[in-house]
Amino acid sequence: MQALYAQLLVGLINGSFYALLSLGLAVIFGMLNIINFAHGAVYMMGAFVAYFLLNVAGIGYWPALIIAPIVVGIFGMILERTMLQWLAGLDHLYGLLLTFGLALIIQGVFQNYFGSSGLPYSIPDELKGGMNLGFMYLPIYRGWVVIFSLIVCIGTWYLIERTRLGAYLRAATENPTLVRAFGINVPRMITLTYGLGVGLAALAGVLSAPINQVRPLMGENVIIVVFAVVVIGGMGSIMGSIITGFALGVIEGLTKYFYPEASNTVVFVLMVLVLLVKPTGLTGRAA
Amino acid sequence: MTAMTDDSIPVTPRAIHDEMIAFGIMAALLLVVPLTGIYPFFVMQALCFALLACAFNLLIGYGGLLSFGHAMFLGTAGYCTAHALKVWGVSPELGILVGTAGAAALAVITGLVAIRRQGIYFAMITLALSQLLFFIYLQAPFTHGEDGIQGIPQGRLFGVFNLANPTILYYVILAGFLFGFLVIFRTINSPFGEVLKAIRENEPRAISLGYKTDQYKLLAYILSGTLAGLAGALKVFVAQNASLTDVEVAMSGQIVLMTLVGGLGTVFGPVVGAFIIVAMQQYLSGLGQWVTVIQGAVFVVCVLTFRRGIIGEVAHYFRRSL
Repeated sequence: MQALYAQLLVGLINGSFYALLSLGLAVIFGMLNIINFAHGAVYMMGAFVAYFLLNVAGIGYWPALIIAPIVVGIFGMILERTMLQWLAGLDHLYGLLLTFGLALIIQGVFQNYFGSSGLPYSIPDELKGGMNLGFMYLPIYRGWVVIFSLIVCIGTWYLIERTRLGAYLRAATENPTLVRAFGINVPRMITLTYGLGVGLAALAGVLSAPINQVRPLMGENVIIVVFAVVVIGGMGSIMGSIITGFALGVIEGLTKYFYPEASNTVVFVLMVLVLLVKPTGLTGRAA
Repeated sequence: MTAMTDDSIPVTPRAIHDEMIAFGIMAALLLVVPLTGIYPFFVMQALCFALLACAFNLLIGYGGLLSFGHAMFLGTAGYCTAHALKVWGVSPELGILVGTAGAAALAVITGLVAIRRQGIYFAMITLALSQLLFFIYLQAPFTHGEDGIQGIPQGRLFGVFNLANPTILYYVILAGFLFGFLVIFRTINSPFGEVLKAIRENEPRAISLGYKTDQYKLLAYILSGTLAGLAGALKVFVAQNASLTDVEVAMSGQIVLMTLVGGLGTVFGPVVGAFIIVAMQQYLSGLGQWVTVIQGAVFVVCVLTFRRGIIGEVAHYFRRSL
């Protein structure tokens, strides 16, 4: 049973990353009509920024949790202003191709300087150790990642679904021209949205740094799983992507316990099943 | 697909005439390659990728479906052919058939899943399917995991042509490429191809005209996957191995890049693009990971400033269909 709970926890942690990443993808897709293939690369950048902050500037985990997403978010906004905005009005596919190219560039540069092996990033002192829950041993850092991700996800949901800014955002997703006519600066909102989505990915990167080490290709496979998550959940609903992300992480964790050989493939198999039963995805509208 | 077809020229008998001339020039150039002293291995490899890119282009350029997992057909056919040649010891022609049939079967299965969604989702689904296959091949015993299948015998095609001879092998690969190319050429100029273009331009309208668009898309997908499989089977004889690199996402990305550089939706673009990208890899291989960075930069530049691709620009300039 111990092993089962341990795998469940691993599943929840991966689920947190899937949720944070698919949430960002969904938000970006809503505003920019772009599937951000560079999402895995910016996730990796988040981890690297935290690593640099610690090893170059001596800035620890807690400030990095705020600084890294902001730095990477600004990087994303620069990309949006210099490149992505020129794709407005073109077919969706060009956005995918452009961001795929960006991912190749970012990952290639990091691989050149850091190879493919992992760099260690230690758990902050406050979150070291673990506690015995009676039925299992819970490393505190892992528990923290799950709870903190959940808070961030729900916070983002609240921001988009329940605040005035979120209302502008949703309105601009539905009909940008009309929202512009009301005097709202839609291009700036688009830039900020991209920064927000990218920042969420970077945050996931910082959270994962002490668990998965800091590697240039850490986002390469994750992004493809997240694509499958997005296909399963659909991109129409924010809460949908959060729940799907966590659920698929848990299912993956359970698979690791019951049938480890399939743990890499289970999300993709589920995607196939969902497509056969409900092609629009679990929460999605027809595309 | 509005942007891609803004300036496209309707296919008229005149345009087909242009394309036939261009095809003649291409075939003649390729026929004399062994006489020129160009490294035949390079050209053979480029021809395999050219056929692969042409097959991919059939789907995106004429059907409007971006497959981000076309490497799965390349790799599957490669594994099937390699396994048939090495373990079963079949003749080369049968090996090619086994590989192509394997890819065709895969195309039927994945096609039934993938065509359920359009546009951006189709790209993500094909990508995920190819990743699923990657992990299966990583664990399946017959692929030998990270090592791949190596030291594949080349044998004698039809019991006559010794494929260990580079010149003979070259002409066999060339014949395979020209066959695949002509199949695609015929397809896009057939009534079936016209319907595909109609679906790409305006699917709801094609449906309202009574076309079962899903069946057309599935058929195009299967045809594309099968021809990509032919490319994969031929590539086994050139590389004499079948490995996981042929199934990777990076490979699918390269196929997209070749077609994008040459020109999406042009007949000859993928061939030109494949030669450029293969040459780039050959000459820049000393740069290690920077090759990835350069490829990424080519992607970015092409998408931002050069969406018609090389052949697309040429065709646009001369107002011809190529």
